[in-house]
Amino acid sequence: MSFPRLLPAVLVGVLAASVPCVCQAQDDTQKEVERYRQLLAEGNPADLFEAKGEELWKTPRGPRKASLEQCDLGLGAGVVKGAFARLPRYSADTDRVQDLESRIVTCMVTLQGFKQEDITKNPFSAPGRPSDLEALASYVAGESKGMKLAAPLDHPKEMEAFRIGERLFYRRAGPHDFACVSCHGENGKRIRLQELPKLTDPNDARKIFTSWPAYRVSQGTVRTMQHRLYDCYWQMRHPQMDYTSEASIALQVFMAKYAKGGEIRAPGLKR
Amino acid sequence: MADPMRIRANMLGDKVEVRVLMAHEMETGQRKDASGAIVPAHFIQNVTVTHAGKTVLSAQWGTSISKNPFMHFRFKGGKPGEKVTITWVDNKGERRTDEAVIGGGS
Repeated sequence: MSFPRLLPAVLVGVLAASVPCVCQAQDDTQKEVERYRQLLAEGNPADLFEAKGEELWKTPRGPRKASLEQCDLGLGAGVVKGAFARLPRYSADTDRVQDLESRIVTCMVTLQGFKQEDITKNPFSAPGRPSDLEALASYVAGESKGMKLAAPLDHPKEMEAFRIGERLFYRRAGPHDFACVSCHGENGKRIRLQELPKLTDPNDARKIFTSWPAYRVSQGTVRTMQHRLYDCYWQMRHPQMDYTSEASIALQVFMAKYAKGGEIRAPGLKR
Repeated sequence: MADPMRIRANMLGDKVEVRVLMAHEMETGQRKDASGAIVPAHFIQNVTVTHAGKTVLSAQWGTSISKNPFMHFRFKGGKPGEKVTITWVDNKGERRTDEAVIGGGS
């Protein structure tokens, strides 16, 4: 048989071919992953949440039977387009820095007459318990699609929030002695197959910060930046991050500085 | 209760390319909730797509289809401005029908 004699030649051929290809294979994998994500993005179920959010936004609801159409998201009452690209920012009426979700909550309280405790008791959806806030956040974020993030950092309170966010980002704490920077301070790190963005690197920050809220395939729902932070804090075994707390907004102000100029792709699509 | 579908229909050469996103829980009936009780099955069973009075697609679905399903297909014989109608019926008898106008496209 000639087969066994052929084998070494075949092996040499395979080896010779594979050595220069190691890096290319990784590139190809990355490219394929990108292609897969693109295919998924065509049918991003976040579209459904955007549509539902728009309906909720325009429907008179709450004790005052009012819609959210007069909500001031920072660009004036009733302006939704482009508002997300300018958040988080200082709001004079509440005298604090607010992110997308805390601003929506403010409008639901002031315009519609909902009670803050009621809306923020279960801000994240669970099976059988949908969340209006996830849909509303998807809608407002989607209205800034394609725009460049330009959250302001001029007001003294915005500067203060930035400095608080910076301290929180770097300060190790908790039983695992973790800080945000433990996972998000180096390039090229990942947990299993999940790439970890280096949030102080504009290249990473621009891509990541602007893709929340996002539909999480594994959870079958849209999750927001507030949920991302809540989950990070849980993973670090830190005390629970309260919904729209000062700390949660300060961290976003910190991240937004590095993400400045990134194109809004929210609501995105993630694992 | 069913939320509307998102339908996009556009010409692609001489065919109509349709993308549909349906809002549905698609419960398999094999999951248990926090208290250990089985979450009853709730899934889309039949999907029908009609165009100009003709059925262009008819599908029988089961529990292996994901939550919030996305369907993508092409059919011949449609023209811009005509309507595509999509209906789903689930195992509880709930149904939802939505239609879209075929766009120009490439």
